[in-house]
Amino acid sequence: MKRFAALFNAMDATTKTGEKTAALTAYFRTAPEADRVWTIALLSGRRPKRAVNATELRTWAAEAAGVPLWLFEESYNIAGDLAETIAHLLPRAEHETDPTLDATLRALIALTGRPEAERRAYVTSVWAGLGPEERFLFNKLLTGGFRMGVSRGLMTRALAQATGVEEAVMAHRLMGDWDPARTRFADLTEEGGSEGAARPYPFALASPLEAAPDSLGPAADWLAEWKWDGIRGQIIARPGAFAIWSRGEDLITDRFPEFAPLQDHLPPGTVLDGEIVAWGGDAPLPFAALQKRIARKTVPKKLLAEVPGHFLAYDLLEDGGVDLRAAPLSERRARLEAMLAALPAGLPLSPSPAALGDWAALTATRGLARDRMAEGLMLKRLSSPYHTGRKRGDWWKWKLDPFTVDAVMLYAQAGHGRRANLFTDFTFAVRDGNDLVPFTKAYSGLTDVEFAAITRWVGKHTVERFGPVRRVVPELVFEIGFEGIQASPRHKSGIALRFPRMLRWRQDKGVAEIDTLDGLRALLRQVSEPGTLRADEVKTGDLPAGSKKKTGALPPDPQDI
Amino acid sequence: MSAQLLSFTDRGIYCAEGGFYIDPWRPVDRALITHGHSDHARWGHGHYLCTHQALPVIRHRLGQITAEGIGYGETRQIGGVEVSFHPAGHVPGSAQIRVARGGEVWVVSGDYKVEDDGLSEPFVPVPCHTFISECTFGLPLFRWQPQAVVAAQLAAWWQANAAEGRASILAAYGLGKAQRLMTMLPEAGPILTHGAVEETTRILRDQGYRLPPTIRVTAGIDAKSHPGALIIAPPSALGTPWARRFGPASAAFASGWMALRGIRRRRGFGTGFVISDHADWPGLNTAIHATGAERVFVTHGYTTPFRRWLEEQGYEAGIVQTEFGGDEAETASEADLA
Ligand SMILES: [Zn+2]
Ligand SMILES: [Zn+2]
Repeated sequence: MKRFAALFNAMDATTKTGEKTAALTAYFRTAPEADRVWTIALLSGRRPKRAVNATELRTWAAEAAGVPLWLFEESYNIAGDLAETIAHLLPRAEHETDPTLDATLRALIALTGRPEAERRAYVTSVWAGLGPEERFLFNKLLTGGFRMGVSRGLMTRALAQATGVEEAVMAHRLMGDWDPARTRFADLTEEGGSEGAARPYPFALASPLEAAPDSLGPAADWLAEWKWDGIRGQIIARPGAFAIWSRGEDLITDRFPEFAPLQDHLPPGTVLDGEIVAWGGDAPLPFAALQKRIARKTVPKKLLAEVPGHFLAYDLLEDGGVDLRAAPLSERRARLEAMLAALPAGLPLSPSPAALGDWAALTATRGLARDRMAEGLMLKRLSSPYHTGRKRGDWWKWKLDPFTVDAVMLYAQAGHGRRANLFTDFTFAVRDGNDLVPFTKAYSGLTDVEFAAITRWVGKHTVERFGPVRRVVPELVFEIGFEGIQASPRHKSGIALRFPRMLRWRQDKGVAEIDTLDGLRALLRQVSEPGTLRADEVKTGDLPAGSKKKTGALPPDPQDI
Repeated sequence: MSAQLLSFTDRGIYCAEGGFYIDPWRPVDRALITHGHSDHARWGHGHYLCTHQALPVIRHRLGQITAEGIGYGETRQIGGVEVSFHPAGHVPGSAQIRVARGGEVWVVSGDYKVEDDGLSEPFVPVPCHTFISECTFGLPLFRWQPQAVVAAQLAAWWQANAAEGRASILAAYGLGKAQRLMTMLPEAGPILTHGAVEETTRILRDQGYRLPPTIRVTAGIDAKSHPGALIIAPPSALGTPWARRFGPASAAFASGWMALRGIRRRRGFGTGFVISDHADWPGLNTAIHATGAERVFVTHGYTTPFRRWLEEQGYEAGIVQTEFGGDEAETASEADLA
């Protein structure tokens, strides 16, 4: 654990990619091989299931530290992180031990489902022997919340450097759902390793287009596609293997049984990249429909009929067992269309519509995106290969401007991690007659400087405290951006926003100028009737401003606190 | 005879019978000052009283003031009360102030720490009935490692940087922490100082505190002129053109707040050394216990939870509001780097 903690601290201490890669490469050369495998698993999102819940941890730690639970909570509110709180709160170890990462994680996995007394005895005995840094990491692993400031791409590069295997090859070998408990380092890094037949390719990813599209050069070099709001996925149809992978590398074959017939029809040795959407017959249904499917491990017949899945294919990555990724997009696209055209009708699979045109025409097309249940356009260079991961320059996502609403801050809560001790998590309200109705939370979109200024403001304008949550004087106005809106009986406001974030702190606006719940309801009606709406045309209504009035005394979502 | 020996006013802690304030934050006629930090020694009072050891820095910082020094342990009659100053172990010259009337004794801790840092006059518990204690780090999250352990971490960081040809810039509070750091480190290379640090260092050195030689950073002094140097600077100097003269240096911050990852990362210091001139959680509890006080007022820090904790331990406990009122924990994290 000490070596792993040192790696973690090295990653934590720098933001420079070069230094991170060097530290990680050194680790992959020198750490025990079993520890390396676990590190790769952790850094590629393969975390062990949590063996202990947060309530148990709090109770055990408070008792081990001789601190009442309320004081534990006060400490937690300051540290902003359970693992860190416990690491600091416990008295220092008298004799430090240094178990390997491998031994620790195997013990944790074996612990799942054991009686509380047994788990508690194990956890407290480990705590007693670890230094604060290792304790912190151990707690993160325990609670399933482990994260290290290392992207998967950076990890792959370091591993490539440590082993001499080419980066793209390494990225491919790490794909799929291998189990770190049963995988040797050599299985991952040497040819012929892990279960190859169902293994997906690393997904190519796009960067957001901030500039005007003509900055990309002649439009004739580009293919435009709808940017669908579904589940990005790969269909693998190889001899002896049929699999559907999500971008998060979850195997979702069983969640979408409607795709099973494809294995009889796709030519053997085919890999498709595309988007799984809920299908309304000739166009996708809103994302909310797909959410019902995502939640289910097994699908009841009724839901399958109501919300059938459909695969809109973007790209052909493997054809006849041959890796096509180096071929230009124009060729891959032509082969994709030819292959799908030869399939019998009625399969839940079609090529995602693509368009060519000048920038003016494409700009007009993009304006229709919300009508088509898309988020905007993807622009892909016709001559480009299928890249491994995000390589800037060939793939761009060109999204529509978000919806916006001006709202007032009602509650503030301190952030976590880097932003612990700063108020960063806010609940916002719009006006409903004389009331302020909370309708969304947002966490991101402002600078540290703005968050610091708001934190000072919150200190002076707190009306009431609920643990870490402050109710504040409703005075600060923010422009909230969001990608979608849906009805939600669970929320007091009756609506829920998709991807809400703060676009701007409107220091020029007062609470009298915020938008209304009626305005949001009108937007909801428009969104549910496609064909009427473009985000840039929509303005939430401005009703006459009412008087300032306090809202109810409880935070909107007590379970979120 | 007033009901309470010390009372809490909007100017600070007040002794009616003696006609003086302790560390007041608004101008008063007569101020007793625990130590030279700017949140304790403020400008504009008619008359200052502090330890002989604290006086030179206070004079330097406040300019023309009417001030007088007093020895540790020396007693003085002011109005109807007896006053004396006792080591607080916080920074050189820092004191707790004892106020007695008849058989009743109050002690105002000022800022303090219980570990002997080898430079400041070490903390001594002063028996009293009522203890007014700071609690900057009054949560069980804060448990310092012994100074020698942190010194070894610092030395290793400095040496590793020197080996790679990088300068080491250590951000630290200019009075106390900076001098403590230079004293606790082994002599491993030149120590350069920012002007704000050098001023205080020179004054303390002239007073007779044993401090290693330091070189003030002036034009022409940079990483090339002093390879492998440790540069001690106030946190505000980091990221400025002043700091850029040292090229690609490694920067770190030495403060108790560095115990919290969130704060460390927000301040942009990958490297933080957890070393504080304030008492940690065990330190606060030990110190309070050692006074034998039955009544404790807490101030300056996590006052609300710390008061509740003390009540549960059987003390009669209260809170002294400071100038900032409301949210001391948050403002303290920005203002109090000691
Ligand atoms: Zn101080
Ligand atoms: Zn202070």
